[in-house]
Amino acid sequence: MAETSAAVAHTSAARKSFIRRYVFSTDHKVIGIQYYFLALFSVLVGVVLSVLMRIHLVWPGTEIPLLGKILPQGAPGGVISPEYYLSLLTIHGTLMVFFVLTVAGQSGFGNFILPLQIGAEDMAFPRLNMLSFWLTFAGLIALLAPFFVGDGPPISGWTAYPPLSAIGKAAGAGQDLWVVSIALFCVASMLGALNFITTVLDLRTRGLSLMRLPLTVWAWFITAVLALLSFAVLLAAGVLLLLDRVGGTSFFVPGGLIVGGQILDFHGGSPLLWQHLFWFFGHPEVYIVILPVMGIISHVVATFSRKPIFGYRPMVYALLAIGFLGFCVWGHHMFVSGMSPYSGFAFGVLTMAIAVPSSIKTFNWLGTLWGGKLRFTTAMLFALAFVSVFVTGGLSGIFLGQPPLDAYLHDTYFVVAHFHMIMGVAAIFGIFVGTYFWFPKMFGRMLNPTLGAIHFWLTFLGVYAIFIPMHFVGLAGTPRRYAFFSAFDFMAPLAGLERFISIAAFVTAAAQLFFLANLFWSLFWGPRASENPWQATSLEWTLPSPPPPDNFGARHPVVRHGPYELSVPGAAKDYIMQDSTEEVRVGS
Amino acid sequence: MALALALVVTIITVVSLVLFAWHPWWFPISIAAEARAVDHQFAITFLITGVIFVLAQLGLAFLIWRNRDRGDARPAAYILGNSKLEASWTLLAAVIFLGLSFMGYRLWATTQFTGAAPGALKIEVWGEQYAWHFHYPGPDGRFGATRVELIDDTSGNELGLDRKNDPDAKDDIVTDELAVPVNHPVELILRSKDVTHSLFIRELRFKQDLVPGMEIPVHFTATRLGDYEIACAELCGMGHFGMRSVLHVMTEEDYQKWLTAQTTGQ
Repeated sequence: MAETSAAVAHTSAARKSFIRRYVFSTDHKVIGIQYYFLALFSVLVGVVLSVLMRIHLVWPGTEIPLLGKILPQGAPGGVISPEYYLSLLTIHGTLMVFFVLTVAGQSGFGNFILPLQIGAEDMAFPRLNMLSFWLTFAGLIALLAPFFVGDGPPISGWTAYPPLSAIGKAAGAGQDLWVVSIALFCVASMLGALNFITTVLDLRTRGLSLMRLPLTVWAWFITAVLALLSFAVLLAAGVLLLLDRVGGTSFFVPGGLIVGGQILDFHGGSPLLWQHLFWFFGHPEVYIVILPVMGIISHVVATFSRKPIFGYRPMVYALLAIGFLGFCVWGHHMFVSGMSPYSGFAFGVLTMAIAVPSSIKTFNWLGTLWGGKLRFTTAMLFALAFVSVFVTGGLSGIFLGQPPLDAYLHDTYFVVAHFHMIMGVAAIFGIFVGTYFWFPKMFGRMLNPTLGAIHFWLTFLGVYAIFIPMHFVGLAGTPRRYAFFSAFDFMAPLAGLERFISIAAFVTAAAQLFFLANLFWSLFWGPRASENPWQATSLEWTLPSPPPPDNFGARHPVVRHGPYELSVPGAAKDYIMQDSTEEVRVGS
Repeated sequence: MALALALVVTIITVVSLVLFAWHPWWFPISIAAEARAVDHQFAITFLITGVIFVLAQLGLAFLIWRNRDRGDARPAAYILGNSKLEASWTLLAAVIFLGLSFMGYRLWATTQFTGAAPGALKIEVWGEQYAWHFHYPGPDGRFGATRVELIDDTSGNELGLDRKNDPDAKDDIVTDELAVPVNHPVELILRSKDVTHSLFIRELRFKQDLVPGMEIPVHFTATRLGDYEIACAELCGMGHFGMRSVLHVMTEEDYQKWLTAQTTGQ
């Protein structure tokens, strides 16, 4: 029965043209893969930019071969100019935050896996889904275009604080394109969020109550709510900034400013207004990045510990608490901005409060390991390493969340080390976990575990070698976003440390070649994946790898079990699929 | 693999711990009572987060090694959770983190919720793309007004003072380095001519943005003689990395001499 309908669906899919199947596809699986490769492309560009920045920082004036040909205006003769250094960091930050970290965990894995895990045929609005992807794609083009046209990419950082971003004649069209890119990304994300929310609420298969959802689905759902509420604010802010730049308005720029000896024609705007709007988006954004990853980690740690997740309900409540509190802490980016110090204190307390649900998550991951029977797949290695870097990156936040300490550390490399550890490395590790775990389902082939292990060890050691020393650069007081460290006496003793960080970064970046080699080799020549190679429990593993275009076809799976029924006493195997008809008494 | 991972996590923990205990790179000296209070709060936070760091990492390493799949028939323990444990670690985390936050309250309040001491020396600090200007009111104690249309960097009137017609501006002093007398309360009024900058003086453990359109007061009392670098900590454009000045903390006597020298220089 199931086979027949699958076969019918298969023939109907085959009738579609190549373009409708793989380019302008409405299939959530194809769209998920498109998002994944968009993020992969973006992360490669982002890493190259960071390598260029680290070369420039420790060996300024270096002639980088080929660079002069690719970027003649920013790096004449292959030497990066200080202005172009700022362009590189602006695009690095924007690419990584939006087009890598936001896209991969939520739009990539979420699109591919979520409908499968809830037993749905597709997302609720497949055409909207396709539109979301192509808007994101257009946003990416708009972001990268200034490298090749006009007068170069903007220099105001990924936070684009006005007045610098509003009056930036130096990076004129680049800044406009940056706003356009972000606006497109906002629209795409809001449409995507609507789609996720509707899908989770309406398309769950029979028996799949909310408390039977895999934690991945909970995380994608809560993230979608956050995205819907926060991207709307960033979109509005972006439109206002664009109007200030090209429409003669003064939302963010006060009167009486003088740049280059000229009085600017602005009146009565507020630079702090942008900061409030930006961070009202910007802080929830951190959780938009990390919540899907938390879902993936919980899912994978349980699967490879062969144990139910420790404290399923507390894990769900912690996700909800982080999601809610995430909207109450944006002011901790603004302790020294000129905002009222009373607000600063309130934001400080709320920021510390968000450490509580984050601790609950960590404790529960450790609790899941307790008494488990750990299988060290590559996905599990990265998941365990995630717990390590999440703790490390989280603890430096305890310093930054205290306004009096932040007054020293704000905008130093301590902050750079902190957010790279918690938001860059931890999130990327989560994306690696998702890749090593779901690659067999997505592409029908297994990744090579030896290459995976090499990739893991080099990366795990590499990120610590980069970012632990970077905390010291910050503690010594080096501000971020400096194109040179030569103007200040106090930075001279740090030169050796800076070189060490750069070299560690080059090695870690190079180690990613093992990942790429593994990914592309396995895509074509990896061993075929079975239906359920990890002996996991959720519904995607009841389907062939890769699943047919219509997923479950006419078969509507009926869920009878929770998501993490592993090593249930009395069960035939050490895992019970969610749709299994096996009768086992489950409960504590 | 289990042993290797447990070992590596342990080594990372020990190396980090040794680095932070040995700390060959660290904060500069602190030159004010408030700065020393910040250092104290840092020390407490370091201690607490350090203990959590070590316990969590070593706990992770231990669990990895202890619970590895040994290939035996032992099934994994079937544990769904433990409400008492959940409640206790939630409470513990809340007490520690919120406790730290409230401990920092007094520190923040003393510097932020109160104004400068009466009799504080007032100095306007102006930021502009890639330079600092320090505006002393002169003997009359009153700042001349800044008139935007008079600003002219080439003629040396960077702050647009009307020295001819504005009686308050006549004796004003504008310098590109900051000098203050030791043990004397100082109030800085931060202003910007163009984009947002941030005044960062490491030895005061202090940073405050200069926001165009706003006048933001800050205060401190430096208790140690010396010269300390001033940096800009908010991205302000291409030359951000070079927006440097110096804070000179002088004896009262030297300060008066310096001030006189500046006056004759105007």
